[in-house]
Amino acid sequence: MSMKTEALQAAHGAEEQPLHHQFEELPQQNESYVVGMWVFLVTEIMFFGGMFLAYVLYRWRYSEAWFEAHTKLDIPLGTTNTVVLLTSSLTMALAVHFAQLRNKRLQLAMLGATIGLACVFLVIKAFEWSAKFQHGLVPGPNFTWEGLVPAPQAQLFYSLYFGMTGLHALHVIIGIVVIGVLALLTALDHPLVKNDFIPTELVGLYWHFVDIVGIFLFPLFYLIPK
Amino acid sequence: MSTVAPVFQGESPQSPPSYLKAGHTIKSWLLTGDHKRIAILYLIAVSVFFFFGSIAASMIRVELVSPRGVMLENDTYNKVFTAHGIIMIFFFLIPAIPAVLGNFLLPIMIGARDLAFPRLNLLSWYLYVAGGLCALLAMAFGGVDTGWTFYTPYSSMYSNTNVTLTIVGAFIAGFSSIATGINFIVTVHKMRAPGMTWFRLPLMVWGSYATSVIIVLGTPVVAITLLLVVMERVFHIGVFSPELGGDPVLFQHLFWFYSHPAVYIMILPAMGVINEVITCFTRKRIFGYHFIAFSSLAIAGLGFLVWGHHMFVSSQSMYQGMVFSLLSYLVAVPSAIKTFNWTATIYKGSVRFQTPFLYVLGFIGLFVVGGLTGLFLAAMSTDVHLTDTYFVVAHFHYVMVGGTIMGFLAGLHFWWPKFFGKMYPDNWGKLSALIIFIGFNLTFLPQFVLGYLGMPRRYHYYYFAPEFQFWHIASTAGASILAVGFLIPAVYLLWSLKYGPDAGPNPWGAKGLEWTIPSPPPTTNFVEIPVVREEPYAYDAEADEREERVPAETKR
Repeated sequence: MSMKTEALQAAHGAEEQPLHHQFEELPQQNESYVVGMWVFLVTEIMFFGGMFLAYVLYRWRYSEAWFEAHTKLDIPLGTTNTVVLLTSSLTMALAVHFAQLRNKRLQLAMLGATIGLACVFLVIKAFEWSAKFQHGLVPGPNFTWEGLVPAPQAQLFYSLYFGMTGLHALHVIIGIVVIGVLALLTALDHPLVKNDFIPTELVGLYWHFVDIVGIFLFPLFYLIPK
Repeated sequence: MSTVAPVFQGESPQSPPSYLKAGHTIKSWLLTGDHKRIAILYLIAVSVFFFFGSIAASMIRVELVSPRGVMLENDTYNKVFTAHGIIMIFFFLIPAIPAVLGNFLLPIMIGARDLAFPRLNLLSWYLYVAGGLCALLAMAFGGVDTGWTFYTPYSSMYSNTNVTLTIVGAFIAGFSSIATGINFIVTVHKMRAPGMTWFRLPLMVWGSYATSVIIVLGTPVVAITLLLVVMERVFHIGVFSPELGGDPVLFQHLFWFYSHPAVYIMILPAMGVINEVITCFTRKRIFGYHFIAFSSLAIAGLGFLVWGHHMFVSSQSMYQGMVFSLLSYLVAVPSAIKTFNWTATIYKGSVRFQTPFLYVLGFIGLFVVGGLTGLFLAAMSTDVHLTDTYFVVAHFHYVMVGGTIMGFLAGLHFWWPKFFGKMYPDNWGKLSALIIFIGFNLTFLPQFVLGYLGMPRRYHYYYFAPEFQFWHIASTAGASILAVGFLIPAVYLLWSLKYGPDAGPNPWGAKGLEWTIPSPPPTTNFVEIPVVREEPYAYDAEADEREERVPAETKR
């Protein structure tokens, strides 16, 4: 009780972080949110994990067909996108840094840069995908494959390519929305985020996770060795 | 000496109102962040789904009274058993104990004012309801006939029923489960009161924690698996269907990677409840606290290594089968540790045969039968004979239903006075416990015999073997008794809300932080966060008698 009172007094006195009713003190609150985010990321790893397992199984089983299938992917575009994504991780880390320093202007600038880079990523991805549509490489009734390896095996490569990069792109879109909301609330000095760098840190953790998935996807699909 | 909290924080003129009186509008319930109110919302929703699931169960049992079936077409029968499985597993057994009892009690038991993320908790309820509505809509408008397991390629390529909507429902409900799991893990790690060390946690908290670990690691996998089935069904993005290049056995691996641990999602919280009730009604400390705590974690861990025993006849290799068989046997070890420790706790205890304790005895009996018959199925040689027969049906009903429902009812009867501050008639409680136990055994013991004789599961007739009829009629008779047994508590528990005598803060003379606060508890649970100075279950039968602190059984 006394600790809570002190914390509350401190909050009123020195523009401290707000303390939510279920917590007794600020470190407890901050750690709870961070631990919660990490546990959520564990569930995300398991969520992607099911698809990675499918990838391992089929790449091992149809390695020749998958090598042939992967040659139709655009490596320069994929490399560019990876660089874009990595750079967005840097701007996100800087956003967290400036949030901790309570430098609102630079924090907003970095959040904006992250959103911008994420949009660039999506635009490049859209170009890549539309090329696949033109070449009949989208799984389904219109899938066309002229090669020595069996078509269903090559189609499976593109099933997982679209499934996994699609799920990743969905996470990028969710990330853009979440970062956008965070930036908006920060700009408006909303009580949910005012004087509190934890929301930015949580969004940052999520964004780095999205990046790491991208880093795994790039070599798995674009750089299959013979 | 008062045990865990220095002073009893009873009701006084300035004490805050109970959580039930903190707001009377519907909005104050539907937008609440209070873990206790959310638990009550869950209790209502879970009961509704249990009702629907039971109706489907009754239709199955009526159909099988005659060798040629009684009333259902074969397609309809497929939809009915699918509805029974999906509703009961995804919308009753999995959320029942964690989301109702766990939600209400976990923060109080560790001395916290709420779960770490109250809004996430509310969101989980809405996700649960939304998922449930999707599934019910799918069943109302045509039904699903894949069985609750959604095996590919039937579910993804061939079934013409509402598979997609049902899967969307299960998918959404999965995220409700994940939200609860994350909330519990963070709460147990970060919200414990001063002095509430890990080894002073009530074992129910250990059980809920182990359950949450399984939820967090397993549920996302089934979520992505079901998503892939939908993608294959809707967009023909093939992952599981052989004609699209995929492998249907991969679906089974991914599905059972979650769905076997899901059994432990159902049973571990029930085991947690048993510890709380058994110590109170024997007036003894729990026997082997550390062993029970770690056996929960052991079950959670081992549970992830045994999924292949669902696939002995699925074309997986014999050596793989042998490894899964061996690992499945290992699960019996922590389960037996728990059972022996409970038995040892009862031994020489001052046993009081009140309603919650009768359910505990029922739990132990049914769980032992269910667990031991599981070993038959874990052995490959017998499993080949028993696969897809009623032996399997009987086994998993003993474990999942016998275990979880007995645990749920034990907990509900134990904490009902804490939930609502009212006492129910104990004699009716004892009677219904007895009826449920008898009805359950009469329903499912004959199914072991049927399965052994070769009755396949999911068949809507058995004219090829009319001699099965005797056992089927016995099973249906048992199901009728079981239905009566479930109706009685529904009536007297609702009756007690209005007419029951006030229970007082601690009607059972139980230990634990939840019994140191008023019934029903105030919104913030504790006026002042307690400091815990003692181990859990510090029961002392002799001191009880000296101080006559325990109310006589007959009063209630």
